[in-house]
Amino acid sequence: MNDLGPTPLLLLASGLFLCGVVCMILKRNLIGILMGVELVLNAAALNFAIFARFNPAFEIEGQVFALFAIVLAAAEAALALAIVLNFYHRHGTVDVDAGRELKG
Amino acid sequence: MIVALFVVLATITLGGAIAVALDRNVVRAAVWLLFTLLGVAGIYLLLGADFVGATQILVYVGGTLVLLVFGVMLTAQAPFMQLQSHWTDRLAAIVVAGLIGSIAVLVLWPGLPSGTAREGSLPGTAKLGEALLGVEDESQFPLTNLPIGAARNRPRTAYLLPFEVISVHLLVVLIAAAYLARPRLAPPPAPSQQAEEKP
Repeated sequence: MNDLGPTPLLLLASGLFLCGVVCMILKRNLIGILMGVELVLNAAALNFAIFARFNPAFEIEGQVFALFAIVLAAAEAALALAIVLNFYHRHGTVDVDAGRELKG
Repeated sequence: MIVALFVVLATITLGGAIAVALDRNVVRAAVWLLFTLLGVAGIYLLLGADFVGATQILVYVGGTLVLLVFGVMLTAQAPFMQLQSHWTDRLAAIVVAGLIGSIAVLVLWPGLPSGTAREGSLPGTAKLGEALLGVEDESQFPLTNLPIGAARNRPRTAYLLPFEVISVHLLVVLIAAAYLARPRLAPPPAPSQQAEEKP
């Protein structure tokens, strides 16, 4: 592990974050946006694990918070899909541009 | 060996993530997301965080992805439905991608001090469980190599309260999801169906 160093791993995590943000901006499908959020949360949890590896004082903390992030992401996905289903029942589509009721 | 493994896993992960971001078909994006999540799980295993990697596979690949595919199936209107993004959204995506990418490269380009990576795997399930309960054994786990001297005297980490908070949070979220997704007795007709019925 010492011959790899933290920099390539952190670059990978930031690339994952970047793809997630671009996915959130580009998609008009609600489920596609949810996939972007999952990518961003994955990148954050991966960062915790990377620093757990490269800072020996935080090898427990990094893993614990990576686990917490994974569990919270699962909860968020379940709730968001319930909201998506409600949106679909109400508008007949999953296009985010259809939800204009609150637009001023 | 580790570098080669990392290159393979990073290629799978980043390729899948880029495909998720750029593929317009949601079903195909879900399949690409599968590769990305498996690649991230592989990176966890490469880092030695065995339990986190196993949890990643169980929760993400086994739970969240199946949930996403169900969502795609329940809200599908046509077999190959694609929604085009506006050119303003594409412009914003390019700008944001450039900004975030340049920040990441500028921060990480000088290279971080490689530190003293621990050999072997990180503390496993037993140590994680002890940390969650706060019953960690000090004698077997000396607090050395702390970056700040003051942090050496910190109370031992116990994650019982966050663990409980997350458990209750999960329960509340699942009840809310079941309440939100309950079947309607008289669903309002969808506007697209109304438009079809008029002529």
